[in-house]
Amino acid sequence: MSVAAITETTQYLTFKLEDEVFAVDISQVREVLDFTSITKVPRTPDFMRGVINLRGSVVPVVDMRLKFEMSKTEQTVNTCIIIAEINLDGEKIILGALADSVQEVIELEPGQIEPPPRIGTRLNTEFIRGMGKRDDNFIIILEIDKIFSSDELAIAHGLREEAC
Amino acid sequence: MDLDLSQARLTFIAESSELLQEMENSLLQLESLPENQELINSLFRSAHTIKGSSGVLGIETVEKFTHFVENLLSKMRENEIKVISEIIELLLECRDHTSALIELAAAEIYFLDDRTAERERELIERLNSYLACTQREDNSEEPSDIEDTESGKRARTDAWHISIRFGINTLKDGMDPISFINYLLKMGELVHITTLYNSMPPVAEFDPEACYLGFEIDLKTDFEKKAIEDVFEFVREDSSIHILPPYSKVESYVELLHNLPEDTSLLGEILVKGGVLTQTELEEALRHQNSGSKDDNSKTLIGEILVNEGMVYPELIEAALDKQKQVLGAKAKEATTIRIDANKLDQLVNLVGELVISSANMDQQAQRLCDGQLIESASIMLRLVEEIRENTMKLRMVPIGDTFSRFNRVIRDISRDTGKDIELVISGGETELDKTVIEKVNDPLMHIVRNAADHGIELPEIRNEINKSAKGKIRLNAYHDAGSIVIEVSDDGRGLNRDKIYRKGVAVGLINQGAQLSDKELFRLIFEPGFSTADQITKLSGRGVGMDVVKKNIEALRGTVEVESIEGKGATVRIRLPLTMAIIDGFMVGVGESQYVIPLDMVMECVELTEADKQASKKRNYINLRGEVLPYIRLRDYFGEHGNLPRFENIIIVQYAGQKIGFVVDELFGEVQTVIKSLGKVYRDVKGISGATIMGNGKVALILDIPRLMQSAENIIDKIAC
Repeated sequence: MSVAAITETTQYLTFKLEDEVFAVDISQVREVLDFTSITKVPRTPDFMRGVINLRGSVVPVVDMRLKFEMSKTEQTVNTCIIIAEINLDGEKIILGALADSVQEVIELEPGQIEPPPRIGTRLNTEFIRGMGKRDDNFIIILEIDKIFSSDELAIAHGLREEAC
Repeated sequence: MDLDLSQARLTFIAESSELLQEMENSLLQLESLPENQELINSLFRSAHTIKGSSGVLGIETVEKFTHFVENLLSKMRENEIKVISEIIELLLECRDHTSALIELAAAEIYFLDDRTAERERELIERLNSYLACTQREDNSEEPSDIEDTESGKRARTDAWHISIRFGINTLKDGMDPISFINYLLKMGELVHITTLYNSMPPVAEFDPEACYLGFEIDLKTDFEKKAIEDVFEFVREDSSIHILPPYSKVESYVELLHNLPEDTSLLGEILVKGGVLTQTELEEALRHQNSGSKDDNSKTLIGEILVNEGMVYPELIEAALDKQKQVLGAKAKEATTIRIDANKLDQLVNLVGELVISSANMDQQAQRLCDGQLIESASIMLRLVEEIRENTMKLRMVPIGDTFSRFNRVIRDISRDTGKDIELVISGGETELDKTVIEKVNDPLMHIVRNAADHGIELPEIRNEINKSAKGKIRLNAYHDAGSIVIEVSDDGRGLNRDKIYRKGVAVGLINQGAQLSDKELFRLIFEPGFSTADQITKLSGRGVGMDVVKKNIEALRGTVEVESIEGKGATVRIRLPLTMAIIDGFMVGVGESQYVIPLDMVMECVELTEADKQASKKRNYINLRGEVLPYIRLRDYFGEHGNLPRFENIIIVQYAGQKIGFVVDELFGEVQTVIKSLGKVYRDVKGISGATIMGNGKVALILDIPRLMQSAENIIDKIAC
């Protein structure tokens, strides 16, 4: 979905990674959990932090900071796990994303969103749906389906194969 | 009503597939026991039930076709047609066609595509050709059926008179009177019909679900009495049915009038209206009857009269008794088995899984609090939950025998197509395993059996030349072995050709020319995609074609497959499957900060990794276990765990598929019950981990995939050895 495709006022959940504010479409967010202990699955890349127990289901958790080439998320009182529903090859899967802190739910009109800059971000522009403007700050609206697309996870698998 | 029908339809589809399976089994048995009347009866019953139910449900395609099949079977039952192999062949084909028709009906398709229609025409033609042979005899018999030696005045009608009072529960039993009448319409011309509703109660007592209807029907048809009786087979028990043949004596009609609950004169009028009797005849007969009955004073004669006049066949009474017995038998069976929606069962299994976890948690808490009574009650609960768990798992277990016996047909067809003589030997059919596993193992098994029959077994001439009995043998066997179930398909055919596989392996680039491979390694190649050594591909299969799919399917069930073969003597394909997919007993170990579960059935023993071994481990990866060489791998290294080395390390020794290997772990925690949870799509390709489980404290532990670990361990050890 590009910026042009955003025609309706949408609600977004904002969260912080380091000092940067990010947002995701709230329709994809299931719930937000406090940090709990994560079980690492061996021989997987570092950004795949492992799995947690979500009321009896096993849910994978991804470290967004590592994914965006920041340092590993350290646990603080504000650390959260955002449980999101993403579309992986036409199949809905539940996935947790680590965030330093969850901020608030905001509403953005289409006019408040600009296309992502070609250069200047540390992120792959494919991962960005648009730049939300709020007061004088920019919020990076993420395209989470892209971030966790099977290609991205396949890179993860590639890494593991090498490690063998 | 709509909903009820669709429910009934589902039941019909499920039941007919069982009936068809029964028919197939009976037909196959009939081949060796052509004289067995019971088998023919059972065939007839199955066909008849399918016809009847499909008729009631309005699935005409099925009803029409099975009608022909039933005709043939009924002739066979009456010994008018002898059981010969061509007929069995034809009936098998008819069975397949019926199955296809039912499948179409299940998909709510009620017209036939050209191919199916063509096939149906051909089958019906063949069925009719057998029927025609007996038709002439029939015609000569028919008149004698209704001929009466006694003199007496006869009615002038050529129509059958049917008088039926439907039982009060007819509608509740799911029958609709109109469908019977519609059916009669198909049998001939309905001359006259009168609906009777005299038994209808006052409105206040009226039960909308009850059936108060009766009919007087005059039917012109060429069918025999038996056929007309059979129409009402499903309601015969509760309803009162009287059928009078054409040209019956007037007295018979009068007798009938007295026999019926309604007012005699009313019924008489109906008969007159129907053109069966004239008014004078009726009056005369009534008078005569009245005086007669005064003299004899014997209503008991009615039954005799009925039989004498050909109204009731002795077979009818027999059939009624037979039916009663069947119903009793069916009731006894019903009490022992219940059909349950598989989803409900899954839900139960899941809940029991959660229960197991939470009771384990409670037990831990109790231990922590050190309260004697609490520990006591917690452990009682733990034990009960354990029993519930075992029983729940058993609900899903079904014997594999049914799946096995399906292959009788497969083998029979292949033998016929290829001109081979093959015998299928089944053993271990009572071995139970998870229903979902059985369903998924069916296709791979089919593939392997076909391979064995098509490529393994030689032609009889060749077998004679090499001093084998002309009859080839394929064995299907199943048994339990250390927490897994093993299914073996073995044949006494030519076995795998080592050289051919080797050459092909080199050609495809899977192995290097000159590589030394053990039989096991070499035969594993046939499971590689696109690997086939068959010179020609037959319509059945090519050995190797699709074996990769077999392997994939089996691995999806967390199982393994391997081949053993002795050239010229035969091959054995061995499938190993876990007993269940949901809950296992596990042994928990710690490596670094993580905890892992190893399926308990595979754990043989635990020993300490001694200092001496540790020193030596830099050079070699095996220890001396009571004089035995035991290779091992360090899970810590394999999983890339860092952190401090503990003071003591342990080796946990596991066995799988006859192979032993040790895993070096940091800590041993002991037995746990684990509910297997999938790791999901994200982690689908992680090797060495088969799933996850949630521990009593709510944390997630990973379950080790021992078969996979062993494979990669072999590679690692090989590498080190090099």
